[in-house]
Amino acid sequence: MASHGIKDQVAIVGMGCTPFKEHWDKGLDDLMVEAVSDTLASAGVTKDQIDAWWLGTAQSGMAGVTLAAPLKLQNKPVTRVENFCATGSEALRQACYAVASGAYDVAAAVGVEKVKDSGFQGLNAFPVPNDGTQRTLTAAGMFSLVAPAYAEKYGIEPTELRRTLARIASKNHANGAKNERAQFRREMSVDSICAMPAVAGMLSVFDCAGVADGAAAAIVVRAEDAYKYTDKPLFVKALSMVAGNGSGSVDPTYDYTHFDECEAAARDAYSQAGITDPRTELAMAEVHDCFTPTELVLMEDLGFSERGQAWRDAEAGVFDLHGDLPVNTDGGLKSFGHPVGASGLRMIFECWLQLRGEAPADRQIDTVDRGLALTHNLGGYPGDMVSFVGIFGNRTD
Amino acid sequence: MRGIISAAGYVPHWRLQRSSIGAALGSGAGKGNRSVASFDEDSTTLAVEASRLALRLAPNSAPDALWFATTSPTYMEKTSATILHAALRLGGDVIAADAASSLRGTSGALRSALRSTESSVLVASGDIRTGMAGSPDEKDGGDAGSAILVGESTDSAPVIAEAIAVGSATREFLDRWRAPGDLRTHSWEDRFGEQRYAALATTAFDAALKDAGVDADQLATVAISTPRPRAAAALSKKLGAAGVTVADSLANDVGFSGAAHPGLLLADVLDTAEPGQLVALLVLADGADAFVFQVTEAITAYRASGRHLSVRRQIDDGNDSLPYAKYLSWRGVLPIQPPNRPEPARMSASAAERRLDWKYGFVGSRDRESSALHLPPARVSFIGGNVDDMDPAPMADVDATVATFTIDSLAYSPSPPIVFAVCDFDGGGRLPLELTDVGPTQVDIGMKVEMTFRRLSTADDIANYFWKARPQRGAGANTESGS
Repeated sequence: MASHGIKDQVAIVGMGCTPFKEHWDKGLDDLMVEAVSDTLASAGVTKDQIDAWWLGTAQSGMAGVTLAAPLKLQNKPVTRVENFCATGSEALRQACYAVASGAYDVAAAVGVEKVKDSGFQGLNAFPVPNDGTQRTLTAAGMFSLVAPAYAEKYGIEPTELRRTLARIASKNHANGAKNERAQFRREMSVDSICAMPAVAGMLSVFDCAGVADGAAAAIVVRAEDAYKYTDKPLFVKALSMVAGNGSGSVDPTYDYTHFDECEAAARDAYSQAGITDPRTELAMAEVHDCFTPTELVLMEDLGFSERGQAWRDAEAGVFDLHGDLPVNTDGGLKSFGHPVGASGLRMIFECWLQLRGEAPADRQIDTVDRGLALTHNLGGYPGDMVSFVGIFGNRTD
Repeated sequence: MRGIISAAGYVPHWRLQRSSIGAALGSGAGKGNRSVASFDEDSTTLAVEASRLALRLAPNSAPDALWFATTSPTYMEKTSATILHAALRLGGDVIAADAASSLRGTSGALRSALRSTESSVLVASGDIRTGMAGSPDEKDGGDAGSAILVGESTDSAPVIAEAIAVGSATREFLDRWRAPGDLRTHSWEDRFGEQRYAALATTAFDAALKDAGVDADQLATVAISTPRPRAAAALSKKLGAAGVTVADSLANDVGFSGAAHPGLLLADVLDTAEPGQLVALLVLADGADAFVFQVTEAITAYRASGRHLSVRRQIDDGNDSLPYAKYLSWRGVLPIQPPNRPEPARMSASAAERRLDWKYGFVGSRDRESSALHLPPARVSFIGGNVDDMDPAPMADVDATVATFTIDSLAYSPSPPIVFAVCDFDGGGRLPLELTDVGPTQVDIGMKVEMTFRRLSTADDIANYFWKARPQRGAGANTESGS
């Protein structure tokens, strides 16, 4: 029993990502066609050269035909995958393993979500028939439980923590403002965020991810073939996925200040990649900042900060664009928006740009020489979630 | 000896100050409060809560039959008593049937229970009293539940009041009527009904006294449940002159609670009655039924059991800050804009039935080896991983403490915002639960809460019931583990 990983066995050689926004004028098919076209062009291949496809969408469509029909794929295997908000990462993970296994030479992962056709604000899960006893809270409500628990555990005044959370949102807004693909491109000051009315616990809407439509895609080949497609491939160093057993909801020892699933996925990913000190070895990280307290505790779960110190590190600017370890340089879910099935691949797209030196000059990181980037994607609720951690590098060991 | 083994009223948390009705409508000021069922309560849940209180007082008695009376049933066609049956976890061989949907259902079921040969019968009732805005029915009505456990006296479940006599009088006349589903009850000219009731009341009351072989002045207390207070005026005056106490009708603090009122008044009288006293209940409802009871010595231990929650205590615990407009919205008269989120989907009948004991009885499972509590019940333990090695864990009567909480203004609710808390149960175990009967500013970490059976939502006319937590009420709540 072991998690061996597939370090340096496969590489991403092409990526694309649509703008994330309220695409009132574009449907699911448009988003997939655009993301895939950009991705194919990026790798210099045609769709017929892709041997197998994985489509990640949480609830915009079912089965492989959701992708095969609009792209008019001919006799290709297409698998639709879903893993809550980590759906996009899951699609990539499956494509990578398919190539690493030798089953295919070239695989594609596509993530997409059309959330703005529901007529409702926020994300709304497709209801599975059930006994009617499920809790009715929003994701914002569930994640808002983290803030007071963290403040209590580490002796932080709620007003002080409120400013720390606002600083996280403000950072991501500042990064998103520099990103032409991001949903929200307005900088927000800490004071203005703190002044917003609370909608869930101490969280305001500015502590919540943007809700957007969008698509992103990646093409994966064996590492030894990578340079046939691009002179700057992104090598897959680690892919880790953990599905929690839901016990956090019913286990009185769970204290809502950490996410076990994320810790476990990070541990596994660092082992696969051979990373021992992520804070200094990683050039950047894209993490699942669905709500500001999520990003706060992820800094600890992912080993970037000591327990109880993430709020100090955030205040000190450690995770700013030009900090020691830039986090969510593209604006994150907060500012880039969160089309569920696309977000995992969107995170990798930012790593693709940064590690290839292709990010726009005004948001290029200073740490690119470290050559490694982490993406973290989760779905579910505190105590009851799935978590993905991926690590990507611009060179092989 | 047959009689009452236990009796309990359930007065919901909320009160509407009658003066607030006049203030909103620009009409005359009213006095006192009426009780108000919360947005998540209906006649069924009111009866469940009352029944839980009554059965808690008779832990060694399991009813053989359950009758549920209401004039505001959640369903036509479908039986509501079976929902009580599930929530109270009664046996599969216990009949559960409705005595709906008229005011007389309660006294009819009580009379039948007293004359039944079954060892014990639970007569439960619940009612939500409505009327047009500003109407006497709206003002003078009150929402409540009540439950009377009737049976043969045993050493482990003695009767607290022996049934001495029953008297009834029946005559068809049109006084008050309501079409199914309507909020408004119509009525004929008051004086017609009042006079007809007065005559029927005297007939039934005299018949009961004769049956009991006692004179009126031997009674300590008489409780009179009537939709027409003036119909009892002459009788009350006569009783008063004879030195008999006419029990508080609860008009000032609760209001007339329809089918729940006879049980509510009886429970209230028995909350303070002394051993040896004769007490009577007179119910006017398309006829009249009179019951005479003699209080037994067992009532002393009953009240001292630590499980007794009096009607008066519940009245005193009420919250009268409810705005009239919110009251109207809760009754569906004044629709309030909900958050722009999808309304809840209907529950699955088959999924609900598979988890009957969880959904209605709040029974989880506890791993035998680790004692880890699983809510809902699970087959595989989250500690140790043992499979199918669990015992049922009934949690409805186990109190809990708020570990952390949040206020969610975005989630769909018939009455936003949702107050939601992670609840840690006494003796171990946890469940995140919606709180009710509490305002968003009244929650604290460390607050003690107890479980309450509520209607979470309604979709496709299906009432979806489950449990919530509410701030612990009154004394005598059971803090021991229910497992």
